[in-house]
Amino acid sequence: MRTLFFLTVLTLVMCAHSATGQKFFTKTGRITFLSQAPLEKIESSNNNSLIVLDVATGKLECSVLIKGFQFEKALMQEHFNENYMESHKYPKGLFKGAVTNMQDINMRKDGVYSATIKGDITLHGVTKSMTTTGKLTIKGGNVAATTSFEIVVADFDIEKPKVVKDNIAETVKVTVSAELKLMDETN
Amino acid sequence: MKQIDRLRSVYRFGLITILAVVLVRANAQEEQELLSLLGREETTEYAAASFKTNRVINLHSLESTAAGVLDIKISHRFGFINGGIYELFGLDESTIRLGADYGISDRLTVGLGRSSYEKTYDGYLKFKILRQSTGVKNMPVTLAILGTTAISTLKWADPDRDNLFSSKVSYATQLIIGRKFNNVFSLQLSPSWVHRNLVKTAAEKNDVIAFGLAGRIKLNKRFSLNGEWIYVLPDQLAEEYTNSLSIGVDIETGGHVFQLHFTNSTSMIEKGFITETVGKWSEGQVRFGFNISRVFTLVKPAS
Repeated sequence: MRTLFFLTVLTLVMCAHSATGQKFFTKTGRITFLSQAPLEKIESSNNNSLIVLDVATGKLECSVLIKGFQFEKALMQEHFNENYMESHKYPKGLFKGAVTNMQDINMRKDGVYSATIKGDITLHGVTKSMTTTGKLTIKGGNVAATTSFEIVVADFDIEKPKVVKDNIAETVKVTVSAELKLMDETN
Repeated sequence: MKQIDRLRSVYRFGLITILAVVLVRANAQEEQELLSLLGREETTEYAAASFKTNRVINLHSLESTAAGVLDIKISHRFGFINGGIYELFGLDESTIRLGADYGISDRLTVGLGRSSYEKTYDGYLKFKILRQSTGVKNMPVTLAILGTTAISTLKWADPDRDNLFSSKVSYATQLIIGRKFNNVFSLQLSPSWVHRNLVKTAAEKNDVIAFGLAGRIKLNKRFSLNGEWIYVLPDQLAEEYTNSLSIGVDIETGGHVFQLHFTNSTSMIEKGFITETVGKWSEGQVRFGFNISRVFTLVKPAS
């Protein structure tokens, strides 16, 4: 009976632990990118990226549907999907990593904290490790997160024909901004 | 008593097992990917780029012109290649259509054109009723409806006769049912109904029913092979007319799509290529031709 009691208590503790709500998320994270080439400036945005941040561990994950990127020209969008990102083969862009300085961020105190983000980014079937810095703004228990970083197109095996050499930049600037809410894990 | 003890131990064993399972599962939950906590993404993904342009060759493809985009088309059909070197394989002669298509929305396209063949002006409206999609909304095919009107402006053959304007007008209505099976292969059926207000002889029907079949095979990112065949149900047209058959390639270069093809039809509008095709492939009565499409974004979508 003692074993039983012990196990029950342990279970309750575990359940309580995982229900304390330490994960923040959004389904409407905004990701934009900018390619500034000599002949053409290409901008695109996607307002439906998924982001989850576990403030207990610092773990951070982000996923975005490549097809959801909107361009000002329909043809650019088609070429982006068909010719460059091959979104039928690689439908998602992913980031899996962590905020490595979570100990410096006090979730109970409003303020702007700088965050170091490390992890792996997967695009077009290629995974690369990356490090960047971002900003976490804590206000009233909510988290606003922003970061920006650069990616080298060639690193992700994205073929660029010579004809568009001056239309598409070698390096693309990516910006992420999101309002994260506390996840209700009871359901 | 022993039995009760045994029962109790079985009971205890059962409970411990259940609790252990719960614990392991709880731990597994912790290990699970964070993203999976958000559940399945509730999105609908529409099939895109089933064909490179809104035409297969002569036939309308299931694609529309994107909202706010103007697509200028310049199309040529040369003479029959069996004219040999004397006619430079048909290049000495050409039939032209100049056209402009505009996407009012992603589903509604409007177009205008002028063909040298019978000096014809044409206009059309095309609406996507169903869009092939996966995700929250699952739809296996795209269905579009096309309505066209064509007006020939040739001078009256006999101006002294009592001529009616309506006799220069014809209409075509088409359903386009198609599917992008995968990134390489797309296929569509185009049941068509052409109405001609005036026909040359009583043997010809004013209303002509035909079935178009068209497909494309994408060979690489910028190159695809297209084909189309239009079967006109028997006993509707005069003897000299035949079914339209065309094969060609689409070559994409940035803002342009070049469609190069061989076809036995002369006209580039429905009434013409469905009901007035005279060339016979078996006799080399085939024309080389091209459509050039250049798109301009007039209205940028709000981001």
